Amino acid sequence: MNRDSSVQAMLARKNEIMKSAVGIDYDRYETGKIGFDYERLMKETGYDLSSIRQIQQEHGVGKTPLKELHNITNLMRKVAAPGKGARIFIKDEALNDSGSFKARRASIACYQAKKLGFTGVIAATSGNYGAAVASQAAKYGLKCIVVQECYDSLGIGQPEIIEKARACEAYGAEVVQLSVGPELFYTFLSLLETTGYFNASLYTPFGVSGIESLGAEIVEDCLAMTGKFPSKIVCTNAGGGNLTGTARGVLKTTKAKIEIVGASVNLKGLHMASDHDFNRKSFTTGHTGFGMPYMTNPDRSDVPRSAARPLRYIDRYVTVNQGEVFFITETLSVLEGIERGPAGNVSLAAAFSLAQEMNQDEIIVVQETEYTGAGKHHFAQLSFARKRGIEIRFGDPKEEVPGQSIILPDGVDRIKTVDLDLDKIRKSLIKNQVKEIKKIVASDVLYLMDETNASKTFVCETLKELNVEWGE
Amino acid sequence: MVSEHTWVRIHQILLKPEQRAENLPEETKKVPLELWDKGFLTTDAEMGTEVEVITVTGRKVQGTLLEVNPCFDPGFGDFVPEILTIDRLVKDTLFGGRS
Repeated sequence: MNRDSSVQAMLARKNEIMKSAVGIDYDRYETGKIGFDYERLMKETGYDLSSIRQIQQEHGVGKTPLKELHNITNLMRKVAAPGKGARIFIKDEALNDSGSFKARRASIACYQAKKLGFTGVIAATSGNYGAAVASQAAKYGLKCIVVQECYDSLGIGQPEIIEKARACEAYGAEVVQLSVGPELFYTFLSLLETTGYFNASLYTPFGVSGIESLGAEIVEDCLAMTGKFPSKIVCTNAGGGNLTGTARGVLKTTKAKIEIVGASVNLKGLHMASDHDFNRKSFTTGHTGFGMPYMTNPDRSDVPRSAARPLRYIDRYVTVNQGEVFFITETLSVLEGIERGPAGNVSLAAAFSLAQEMNQDEIIVVQETEYTGAGKHHFAQLSFARKRGIEIRFGDPKEEVPGQSIILPDGVDRIKTVDLDLDKIRKSLIKNQVKEIKKIVASDVLYLMDETNASKTFVCETLKELNVEWGE
Repeated sequence: MVSEHTWVRIHQILLKPEQRAENLPEETKKVPLELWDKGFLTTDAEMGTEVEVITVTGRKVQGTLLEVNPCFDPGFGDFVPEILTIDRLVKDTLFGGRS
């Protein structure tokens, strides 16, 4: 095959390449001018919850322990108002094969790849998903390529990403590493086309439905341990799949009202495509640099329609700072005897603050942990940041300036989440969805109501502000 | 001279600065897009020369020969003493007094 492999030619063939690499004809699900039938896509192309659980159980995934953090709960109650301070539980997802909840996504993606007869899988990820896909691919005898954004132009690699490359290789994968830039997508497309491998995207129905088991387990484990439902579940949010899948799993398991909270590390001011900023952040995922763009525009992912649509499910979105997450990561280790990676503890830092708003008889569940090791550890990240001239000190974490400072809380009462305005995010999603279109149809209004989990009045008011007409 | 079949790391310039995407921050646009991969050398070769490798998935990839038997070197970095202050702070807060 001698096809034009220029960036332009590759991008022009994007849909064609994607269609054969994920085995889904996304066009079948398009509706109206802007909408698509999300539930039908999930139902027809994904797997039901019991099949997912069976596949995962047979492949080293799921049934991770839910643990009550007694000492962290007591520590938090030292600074909570009298009678306040919910019990904090953590789902120890680091105990999945490959060390993170991402194994849940990879297990279904690789199962599907094998079922469809692909000989290999490819994933574009600098995160835990790489190791997860590599690990699951190994179980199915599939070849595996992981494409990472890893180095800046000085050849300096983010320690966390270098460790993840090592893990991928440990599971037998080929790791293609790139310097900073969104053109990674071009390399990814080119590899899909030349190898004919399956696109084990994080954003297919397989990648997202695989997390539904996590939501189900949290509800079941919590009931079994305490006789109660959790009042809140906190999900670290980046691309949105974690939150989407968890919430869908909860909804499939109980009608009880459980608040779904998203939490991201605040990286405001750092540009994700900047060669300069790349190594000035201490978190390579779980941060607002992914969380915000993916929430307001889910279809910016590597498939035509992302199955990760967090705004449909999120009840509240909060941020924490890098210093707060490092602080809670060390606290988890030294007070609970659980040493885990920092990126997985974003939601724990948030829960420490959110629990103080809740009554003592309530339960808040942190829905993940991730493995830790050289590079992928708060020691390594803090040391790396200090070497880059980033100031590390104790004080009020709210004074932290991403890329310039990491402020560790000088007291546990300083750990405080900041709420983001979900209505603003909803408006932004509507704006991104209508783009240049001046008139949409009635089914699109319903679609936007689902997309934003908002009322018809809210959607129509926003459309009016954007000068977009709609049919009744 | 590095022998055929040796496990090596190679480097490629994928896009020159002038070939890079339009909507990039200036500092990214002025540097090339680079790629690193690993594989077995298909011929004897000198360091720094253009070579071909076969990767673990069986792909043939070309690039400049950079490293022989490339190692994994992520570590825990220099010790950051603030960690010990966190330990003392949370233990004092929870258990009281100086621990």
